[in-house]
Amino acid sequence: MGWNRKVLRVDLTAGTCTEEPLNMQWADEYLGSRGLATKYLVAETDPKVDPLSPDNKMIMATGPLTGTMASTGGRYTVVTKGPLTGAIACSNSGGFFGAEMKFAGWDMVIFEGKSDKPVWLYIENDKAELRDAAGLWGKSCWETEEKIKEELQDPLVRISSIGVSGENEVLYACIVNDLHRAAGRSGVGAVMGSKNLKAVAIRGTKGVSGIKDFGAFLKATSDAKKVLADNAVTGQGLPKYGTQVLMNVINEIGALPTRNHRDVQFEDASKISAEAMHEKRESDGKTHLVTNAACFGCTIACGRISEIDKTHFTVKNSPQYWGASGGLEYEAAWALGAANGVGDLEALQYANLICNEQGMDPISFGATVGAAMELYELGILTDDIIGMPAPFGSAEALAKMVEMTALGEGFGKELALGSKRLCEKYGRPELSMSVKGQEFPAYDSRGIQGMGLAYATSNRGACHLRGYTVASEVLGIPVKTDPLTTDGKPELVKAFQDATAVFDSAGICVFTSFAWTLADVQPQVAAACEGDWSMEKLNEVGERIWNMERMFNNAAGFTAKDDNLPPRLTEEPAKTGPAKGLVNGLAKMLPEYYQVRGWTPGGEPTAETRARLGL
Amino acid sequence: MTIRIAFKLFASLSDYLPSGHRGNRLELEVDEGITVAEMIRRYNVPERSAHLVLVNGHFVPPSERSRKRLAEGDELAIWPPIAGG
Repeated sequence: MGWNRKVLRVDLTAGTCTEEPLNMQWADEYLGSRGLATKYLVAETDPKVDPLSPDNKMIMATGPLTGTMASTGGRYTVVTKGPLTGAIACSNSGGFFGAEMKFAGWDMVIFEGKSDKPVWLYIENDKAELRDAAGLWGKSCWETEEKIKEELQDPLVRISSIGVSGENEVLYACIVNDLHRAAGRSGVGAVMGSKNLKAVAIRGTKGVSGIKDFGAFLKATSDAKKVLADNAVTGQGLPKYGTQVLMNVINEIGALPTRNHRDVQFEDASKISAEAMHEKRESDGKTHLVTNAACFGCTIACGRISEIDKTHFTVKNSPQYWGASGGLEYEAAWALGAANGVGDLEALQYANLICNEQGMDPISFGATVGAAMELYELGILTDDIIGMPAPFGSAEALAKMVEMTALGEGFGKELALGSKRLCEKYGRPELSMSVKGQEFPAYDSRGIQGMGLAYATSNRGACHLRGYTVASEVLGIPVKTDPLTTDGKPELVKAFQDATAVFDSAGICVFTSFAWTLADVQPQVAAACEGDWSMEKLNEVGERIWNMERMFNNAAGFTAKDDNLPPRLTEEPAKTGPAKGLVNGLAKMLPEYYQVRGWTPGGEPTAETRARLGL
Repeated sequence: MTIRIAFKLFASLSDYLPSGHRGNRLELEVDEGITVAEMIRRYNVPERSAHLVLVNGHFVPPSERSRKRLAEGDELAIWPPIAGG
């Protein structure tokens, strides 16, 4: 079956936990996780709802492959209406929490309403109960996890929680599980905080049963694991160097956004790269990187576990940060580093630790610091307003700002609102490097043209994980295309968007797509799940999910005008590198994309498209 | 005639840089007219590992590597198959 066929509905207002059957017709149409949870949200929530009001819902969901022997089958998603963007939010996390939900017998948990006092949810197999979180409120994600394990006297319970940032409704707060994995983007942690829900702890001992054809599933998952092992990227590159190996690549091709996208190449890129993580430090002779790490069931193991330099100014008096911990990954290293012109690897790791500890998205936080630093350089923000000098490149300012934002102190309260609101407040809205209010990740779309379209049309605001054309345009996966032209990019973006929706909805990691195509996923889904799961159907499901998300956003008030990029990317040419003299060609790509999608010139799915997809 | 170029090997390919070398970049003086393929061979980089080959940031596909000649000041950078995100 793949699915447990069971949903837990938690009414936080009434304080009740109720079991209900999974809607199997929707499972057949939307697969699971991202797709299925979004279907529930769309069916149950007014698209115009205030994201931080009790009327918004938040769904934690697994996919049919979550918890199974499929490689990387440990993913879960958090679906809600996002407070940073006002659009659909769907944040995906690895670690072990998702698999544990499956082992406890649940496919998803729907949270509605708002508790009148802080609570946490405890699930032990079929039992679910809300518990008082008075002793946890004000604690970090790390302390929360430790305290719950102590209270339950169970070191194996798996926990997702918010830190102080989520309690304070930082608009890019995330939900952290297993210490350093996170449902990171779009502010899902703020929604959890708005509901007075501190944590969800799960203990499941039932395993995953009901695989449709176990023999076929064993073969399909084994075959697919061999593909990952034999592939140079997933078998060797990612485990050894992690995602951060991209730092030098993206800098070399002139697409590394630097100093709030003023530049496209960072002179200190090599100092914050994967290669630098492997070099011995002068201070203590140790490498920054300690080891790699894997999430549940993953045979890639791209995760980074690092140890900060104990003599660094950020931690020399804070031994609690001296141990090995998660990071740095490419996106965090870029957002905390190049985006602000900071080339101090240890400072980036410190900021990353605070983001993990208190639950903040380092991409949006780092990019918001970049905007603040530009406003400072322009003389709009001053030492008095910020509380310190904050020019580009200041590791001291970065370290102080991450503490202030995480804990809701001083100027940190303004940084907590994201770059869009910050730049609007100070009269320079065009300096927010964001789409639909969400900050860009680590690729400048003047040097990688397709990403401009992927960002502009991403259903959750600027994001690389909704349509990662970098794979093709830069890395040659599955085929190499030219990053400097717009030709063929609308089709490429659509193909990546639809396929990614399937990977996300199956409950596996999108990084498998560096080696797998949908043709590798299909036999696994078909063997696990009841029904006909042909390639044709998977492609249709991916497209259906994308259009459903789009229709939710349209109903929430978004229009074609919101499929845009900041003027810096469409009017200010790149200054150096291969893209020197280029801007992003969004105006050329967007109408073609709407056509390829079967949408009106106004960016809405046509009646014919909706009928074709059953929407 | 010789020209000056920068030669950069990243990730696992840094093993092919001269032993004891720190960092990923070498400044070299090479014969004028040297091709990308000759540089790859000279440093014993296995052909199948030279996946992402860039000259001044521009991708040089495998079919052009034996024809593409380096010029004064060029930056040749090579990666094995890698990805991130």
